[in-house]
Amino acid sequence: MGKTFAKPEALSDQITHYCPGCTHGVIHRLVAEVIDELDIRGRTVGVAPVGCAVLMYNYFTFDFLESAHGRAPAQATGMKRVRPDLVVFTYQGDGDLASIGMSEIVHAANRGEKITTIFVNNAVYGMTGGQMAPTTMPNQRTTTSPFGRNVDEVGMPIKVSELLASLQTTAYIARQTVILPKHITRAKKAIKKAFQYQIDGRCFSFVEIVSTCPTNWGLTPVEAVKWAEEKMLPYYPLGEIKTPQ
Amino acid sequence: MTYIHKIDSDRCKGCGLCVTICPKHVLEISEKVNTKGYFPAFQARPEDCIKCALCCSMCPDVAITITGAEDADQTQQAASTEDNDG
Amino acid sequence: MGKVLMKGNEAIGEAAIRAGCLNYFAYPITPQSEVAEYLSRRLPEVGGVFLQGESEVAVSYMILGAAATGERVFTTSSSPGISLMSEGISYIAGMQIPAVFVNIMRGGPGLGGILPSQADYLQATKGIGHGDCRLLVMAPASVQEAAEMTMRAFPLAEKYLNPVMILGDGLIGQMMEPVEFPDDLKTEPSKKDEWATNGMDTRGSNRRNLIRSLYLDPEVLNQHNLELKAKYDRMQQEEIRYEAYNTDSDYEVLIVSYGTMSRVCRTAVDQLQEQGMAVGMLRPQTVYPFPEEAVGNAAAKKSCLAVASIEMSMGQMLEDVQRSVKGRQPVHWFGKCGGEVPTPEEVIEFVRSLTK
Repeated sequence: MGKTFAKPEALSDQITHYCPGCTHGVIHRLVAEVIDELDIRGRTVGVAPVGCAVLMYNYFTFDFLESAHGRAPAQATGMKRVRPDLVVFTYQGDGDLASIGMSEIVHAANRGEKITTIFVNNAVYGMTGGQMAPTTMPNQRTTTSPFGRNVDEVGMPIKVSELLASLQTTAYIARQTVILPKHITRAKKAIKKAFQYQIDGRCFSFVEIVSTCPTNWGLTPVEAVKWAEEKMLPYYPLGEIKTPQ
Repeated sequence: MTYIHKIDSDRCKGCGLCVTICPKHVLEISEKVNTKGYFPAFQARPEDCIKCALCCSMCPDVAITITGAEDADQTQQAASTEDNDG
Repeated sequence: MGKVLMKGNEAIGEAAIRAGCLNYFAYPITPQSEVAEYLSRRLPEVGGVFLQGESEVAVSYMILGAAATGERVFTTSSSPGISLMSEGISYIAGMQIPAVFVNIMRGGPGLGGILPSQADYLQATKGIGHGDCRLLVMAPASVQEAAEMTMRAFPLAEKYLNPVMILGDGLIGQMMEPVEFPDDLKTEPSKKDEWATNGMDTRGSNRRNLIRSLYLDPEVLNQHNLELKAKYDRMQQEEIRYEAYNTDSDYEVLIVSYGTMSRVCRTAVDQLQEQGMAVGMLRPQTVYPFPEEAVGNAAAKKSCLAVASIEMSMGQMLEDVQRSVKGRQPVHWFGKCGGEVPTPEEVIEFVRSLTK
């Protein structure tokens, strides 16, 4: 009984700069596994965000384009429009996508760009040191909400998947997490489905992944999994939120 | 088909996620620091490992791999010594 | 194809296609929305890509994404829109990828006005975006020149792997003039497989390409900046273009003026000549790199008593002219803003005032 497990070809050997227990690493691996399994490494171009994953291109073995903070969906749009045969995906954090880049993701989704977006929601700005993000939970302490997010002052966390799902254009929108192995398999399935919709030229595809940030949550990696499970998942329900009819 | 479970102790950042989810409680955090200054996970009870790969799946750093039997003979010797002093 | 009577904005759009650029992303803004309107009809006819973005910010990054694949791409906007694109232009320069931006200037600052102006000179030539990056900037004075400069912008952008800007104004964009699109200005895109993120299969290679501008190691970033500077220095050596008018014989005053304003000055120079006063004019066709030596030499003429920087802005080119003249003569500014275009008579009056 048992099975083999190896690093996917689309992933490089470089040890990541992510903090111990940060689930960016798991999501990277899932994206790489999907790209290997769909055999599209030669025609895939990733668009990296500005945030913790700004250096993600060091961890993949195919073409990559850095983006300005929040602008990945626009860059991916430009790339996909002039080279529709390429498989183009953006990988973005919550500050990048839901704050400065909200206009870009909303319009890319609304135009039905045939691109894929992997949206990593860990409720804070990681790279810059744990500031409040649009997805920070109510009363969650961050370095810019030291007394806890006051929803009366700065509003409620944004449910990005539901927001995008409200657009009338066809799309595949799912939210999953990678905090436990059972979730990881579902997250991978959603990512694979998203890429497949792109390959088929069917629609815009978007997978939000609830992720942990032990360092900036001030928790151990194991406690962070528990916190995400107890605090984030009830507010950010998992599942396929919109699928093409 | 025998499988070799291997933790690359220099890739591991000692986050402990694998330790908690291992259904057979095989893994523990080592007292020996690795080249990066982390205390990596290691197989404290390798004989209990059922090669279910849950730890591999949970690991954010692809530090845990399981290789199949064909090359089990050559790596058998190297893998086991490494695990012991892990 | 012979000459066609065309609106400047449309001629710029057609010129891009004739140059071999079939990809255009843009956002509407007066006084240049006709480029987008024209290309939204025209590009589909030639199998090109037309897309209206949600903002100039987004458009500048659609340009970046498309350019990263090595395909030719361009956009057009006007002053406030170009301000929104400045971060994207800095990224494109930092990433060393070719792209063409057209600014059909309008009055500023802020919402300003919608009539022609030249008030983005400093932005275009000195401070387009953060960091030590520069734009090669060409300033057309006619619809024909706007078309030719647009066509030449694409191979130039590829030569320097740097953004190139056409700096026109509302008049150039809105007026109709006869124009033709010279066949010899149609160029094949340069080879791009060593840097473009166009997919490894496209290149038949297992070596992946990475396009970035982030260099966290200061030594590496310093080296990167030196590499960029070398390109800008090369532009100084190879790309300076200007037109000298009425400068063969002696002249009392030298006018330095570009774009639409230089046309008014040309009329003034002709009329002054008829009235017995010799005035020379030097018209930069590239405003970056600025024709410093040419302006300096023209001002050094013994007969020349004064130099005038005449522009539709509050003297943004003045400093470049002063720098070129090196204090040999006083350099005076004259101009109007907000869409007001000085008349030949006003220019004549000003020029005469310099020699009293």
